[in-house]
Amino acid sequence: MSGVFAPAPGRAPMRSVVASQIRMELTLTARRGEAVVLAMGVPLLVLLGAGLTEVTNVPGDDRLAFVVPGVLALTVMSTAFTGQAITTGYERSYGVLKRLGASPLTRPGLLFAKTAAVLGLIVLQLIVLAGVGLAVGWRPHFEAILPALGVTVLATAAYSGLALLMASLLRPEATTGAATLIYVLMLAAGGIMFAAPDLGTFGWFVLPLAAHAEALRQTLSYGGSVPTAIWLSLATWAVVFVTAAARKFRWE
Amino acid sequence: MVVRYGDTTAVDGVSLTVPRGRVLSLLGHNGAGKTSLLQVCEGFRRADGGTARVLGLDPMDDHDALMPRLGIMLQSGGVYPWATAGEILRLFASFAATPLDVDMLLDRLGLRKFERTRWRRLSGGEQQRLSLAVALVGRPELVFLDEPTAGMDTEARHTTWRLIEELRADGVSVLLTTHLLDEAERLADEVVIMRSGVVAATGSPAELTAAAGIDLLEVRADPGLVPDGRLADLKVTEPTPGEYAIAGALDAAVISDVLGWFAAKDAQVTAVNTRRRTLEDVYLALTTGEKSKVSR
Repeated sequence: MSGVFAPAPGRAPMRSVVASQIRMELTLTARRGEAVVLAMGVPLLVLLGAGLTEVTNVPGDDRLAFVVPGVLALTVMSTAFTGQAITTGYERSYGVLKRLGASPLTRPGLLFAKTAAVLGLIVLQLIVLAGVGLAVGWRPHFEAILPALGVTVLATAAYSGLALLMASLLRPEATTGAATLIYVLMLAAGGIMFAAPDLGTFGWFVLPLAAHAEALRQTLSYGGSVPTAIWLSLATWAVVFVTAAARKFRWE
Repeated sequence: MVVRYGDTTAVDGVSLTVPRGRVLSLLGHNGAGKTSLLQVCEGFRRADGGTARVLGLDPMDDHDALMPRLGIMLQSGGVYPWATAGEILRLFASFAATPLDVDMLLDRLGLRKFERTRWRRLSGGEQQRLSLAVALVGRPELVFLDEPTAGMDTEARHTTWRLIEELRADGVSVLLTTHLLDEAERLADEVVIMRSGVVAATGSPAELTAAAGIDLLEVRADPGLVPDGRLADLKVTEPTPGEYAIAGALDAAVISDVLGWFAAKDAQVTAVNTRRRTLEDVYLALTTGEKSKVSR
């Protein structure tokens, strides 16, 4: 019987460590599938409410061309920021992060896995919502999909970084409260359901939701390109918050 | 090592070394500083004084290099509540280069039937066993076990003890905290008794109890003998007629003197029994504040 526990320590290749962690994150997300569906409820209501009725004022004649990209951007924020912050906050309070910190999974490995898992979920949600948009008459320019995906990846990284940073600095209850509050404020100020005061380039830098939504409108709805200022804004948000999260992320 | 939380000093100048392939047990009440000391060794916080080297590395600065070599069992929690026991163990196995066989480990810890049970549905003892499995699955060379058998039933406790003995036999070094005397006495090569953040005593279980000496000499002889000046340094009682209990500094010379006294009284001695202190006596004496001479 002897020899079973003879030490043979070592880390699996980092790629497979991160891949298993992503798989676990996705498994657990699927397990609370009802929460995922509910998370799509608000965007769906906004899409149908603001897109198909005249309840709000939106710029231009084509309501769906304005509203659908905004809803897609809102979903990205909802999942990558609000959902991520709340989940991570509770994982900290359950001690899950501490347990992972006592394993061969490294800090960048965990942050990457969490962001990648959230990106996977977002892709699914966006396909569903874009499908609903198409069904009710949104006519996107598919040839502009690559830059749209590019800004979406940047926005996801920025939101996820901010979420992980908040979950590191605040208690889980405070994280939940703050994440929800920021979600509501962004929704109100971001010009998703109705035309918000046009803050121009400045607005894109302070409101990543507004920047992301505008980039998706310019590309998907109007077949144009992403304004440089938006690339800059989202890239800055991503670099700043991913770096801050990597520096400040605590296991305990 | 010194660890402080605000004004409270949890660990106040403790020095210890875990030799390779040995089991060192940190023994002490809750709040004695055991977990704080482990927290530093596991790289979750820095010491406020002194240094910790684990396998020659700094637990915080060399975190990424160190973790694959360690097996860490936290005191509680630490697992996704909605993941099953099997998923959790396989996740941590997948982090390791040459993990143990997950099925074997589930069997050894009696967790096979809970493989598809979610963490939150497991009992405290089952969660503990899974935490232990998670700590071992990466085939570590050093394991930190923080009260490994807390919440386990007797059977699980014995299974765990046999497993820790096997770890030691296979060359794994073990640092375990416990407040169970029998656990420390059975498993530890070396016991460090902590009290209020300081080391109250160290030694092997045998050394700790031997240093405390013989506590009591019980002699059965004719009833009604009255002690005199020859036994003045000892406390002699006769709780039941013919059964004498003699307490004091009982080394071999004194014991022989005591028996000589019975002989001089022409008493028929029919039984002599010495009672040594147990680790529990030593521990209680040390941790309840009584002055003791057992420190080495």
